[in-house]
Amino acid sequence: MAVRTLNGVAGEFRLDIPAVLKDCLMSALIALALAVFIIGLRTTDGSGGLGLDFRWYAVGIAVAGVFVGRFLLNLWWARRAPKPAAAAAEGGVAAGAAEAFKTFVKVAAPMAVIGALVLPWMPFADRYLLDVSILVLTYIMLGWGLNIVVGLAGLLDLGYVAFYAVGAYSYALLALYFDLSFWACLPLAGAFACLFGVLLGFPVLRLRGDYLAIVTLGFGEMIRVILLNWYEFTKGPDGLSGIPRPSFFGLPFSRRAPEGTETFHTFFDIDFSSLHRIIFLYYLILVMALLTNWFTLRLRRLPIGRAWEALREDEIACRSLGINPTNTKLTAFAIGAMFGGFAGSFFATRQGFISPESFTFIESAVILAIVVLGGMGSQVGVVVAAVLLIGGTELFRGLDEYRMLAFGGAMVMIMVWRPRGLLAHREPTLKLSPAPARGGGSP
Amino acid sequence: MPWGAGGEPQTRGKRAIEQWLRRADGMEYFVQQLINGITLGSIYGLIAIGYTMVYGIIGMINFAHGDIFMIGAFVALITILLLGLAGLSWIPLALLITLIVAMLLTSAYGWTVERLAYRPLRGSFRLAPLISAIGMSIFLQNYVQLAQGARVKPLQPVVQGGFTFMERPDGFTVSLSYMQIVIVVLTLVLMAAFSLLIARTSLGRAQRACEQDRRMAALVGINVDRTISLTFVMGAALAAVAGMMFLLYYGVIDFYIGFLAGIKAFTAAVLGGIGSLPGAMLGGLLIGLIETFWSAYFTIEYKDVAAFGILVLVLIFLPTGLLGKPEVEKV
Repeated sequence: MAVRTLNGVAGEFRLDIPAVLKDCLMSALIALALAVFIIGLRTTDGSGGLGLDFRWYAVGIAVAGVFVGRFLLNLWWARRAPKPAAAAAEGGVAAGAAEAFKTFVKVAAPMAVIGALVLPWMPFADRYLLDVSILVLTYIMLGWGLNIVVGLAGLLDLGYVAFYAVGAYSYALLALYFDLSFWACLPLAGAFACLFGVLLGFPVLRLRGDYLAIVTLGFGEMIRVILLNWYEFTKGPDGLSGIPRPSFFGLPFSRRAPEGTETFHTFFDIDFSSLHRIIFLYYLILVMALLTNWFTLRLRRLPIGRAWEALREDEIACRSLGINPTNTKLTAFAIGAMFGGFAGSFFATRQGFISPESFTFIESAVILAIVVLGGMGSQVGVVVAAVLLIGGTELFRGLDEYRMLAFGGAMVMIMVWRPRGLLAHREPTLKLSPAPARGGGSP
Repeated sequence: MPWGAGGEPQTRGKRAIEQWLRRADGMEYFVQQLINGITLGSIYGLIAIGYTMVYGIIGMINFAHGDIFMIGAFVALITILLLGLAGLSWIPLALLITLIVAMLLTSAYGWTVERLAYRPLRGSFRLAPLISAIGMSIFLQNYVQLAQGARVKPLQPVVQGGFTFMERPDGFTVSLSYMQIVIVVLTLVLMAAFSLLIARTSLGRAQRACEQDRRMAALVGINVDRTISLTFVMGAALAAVAGMMFLLYYGVIDFYIGFLAGIKAFTAAVLGGIGSLPGAMLGGLLIGLIETFWSAYFTIEYKDVAAFGILVLVLIFLPTGLLGKPEVEKV
């Protein structure tokens, strides 16, 4: 399709109408070819096998939609046809934008934290909003955990959900078998996930990036299949129910206390409200997420954190400088897994019920998408992407069927629109000498 | 303890084991599993070629390839139903038409996916196309689910009958269905045609050139974008064949078949050495055989674990796969 280049030459706001129409027509034709079978002919269960439903109107809508969409896209391209001067100035603008972004983050990040802290006390904070916020915060925490592996160390992990599952099942099984409390289980769950990270990482971290991706993916599936089939231990597809809810330092959030104890509301002498537990869970995950963030930010300033970032940029150079790549990767993998485990045990205690269904590959994909869409290595980017993706799809819950369709489409479009992620100002943590005339900066 | 451990009736397990021992010994059983494994392996191999070619030429994991396979199966299903409505009753002709339609339409999907989701990302950093591909995979799955419904689609057997041989006194026979023969023969033919295409035609030459060095290939006048598009089209066409074979062999498809088949096929591609065409076929066969034999002799629930376990072992001891070229890392 040569139209795009034509527009580029045209420069000013001017449309080459015949070419645009031709382009739109071509797109519509392709859409017709794609839609005519899959959309136009719906297989239906009839008596004596499958029947076919003809739905030409749907094909018509799809084709017309593509035509109009393509036309609008062409208009958009024509409007922002590159001007020679703009291209030259782009470098300067980018540097300015990076500065502006930095100051913006300095102001916005504390604001966001304060906003998150006071959110439950706002008049509009109902149960639904808090539930969604807890979900978003869980994904933010997972995103920050995975960011250590993917964003900092540059290891592509497609099976992060395995550690999430390990954390959740560790907590659930420890609580059910040994009657341990949430606070005792939390570090144990993290330790178990960390152990799994080391066990998996040790053999596979010598592999190149894409092999690592597929092995981690396989590992995630393996964990799920084992959880699904080891019925005696994990109750398989039925899942584990009756997982203890967390208590406020021993005070349960229930209407009536078991004998000899007090509940949260009697201790503080307030009326019982089911919202108390939600608010507590909200603060719990908020604190856990912020700790993850703080931990990561501190780690980045330690030699190990710098070694991760160096490894991400160039493994061979690292090796020649005496950094042991396997050990360095292993620490990143294990620490990332640990945070996944923490988040997992939070998930288990919040839900009260877990089953292998919650730990499918799609979860890994969503977490990875949050990290990459946010801009790899950017802590703020993770927040923005999690709010957009998780909160955004929550908004579309009414259109339940189209939710995942929109999710997939949005992933593609955001990637095409901003391939380096939404907030892609990746600054090296460590900079040598005040910016020499050339070179320096991140690639 | 919230649930009882070991409450299963002992006798049932014992009987099952005895039955299994009776069934599972002997040459006949082995041969039967070999046949099943090769059939399954051929399907995996056909999908794996799509992964391996795309990886070879642009170095990305085309995550949506499994869903292209699924779309191929759906197109084939709809074509067969249409031909049934039209009253075409000569099976070989019907299958040929289905094959051609499925290959054409699925190629169109492959082309469009590349054009929309991957081409704009060419030259950006490594993870961008992968995320885009994952998004595309989610999109395609939900698209088919919405358009065709989430229920499984059963199809009555189209190709029936076969040979039986090696009958045993206890009644166990080895069967080789016509469908299995068709699958294996078609795979062999396609593989041969494909190898010729890569080795002899100008398109194949252009592909190999792009694989070695895309910029240099562009400098000597190869249309790189077109070559990459055609690579996707060919991969999708082969996936469509695999999808059609899957439909005819198993008789049941749904919108989710692409995920697991895609992962297995990618595993096969890595096992054989990604980037190598014979490697993809070999890896596919191995994965098919491992999976079938594991299900036959051990537990069917853990067959996926077995396939991935083998993959991990191979990668640890043979990091470039079976037939992969050792990659020289340069600064």
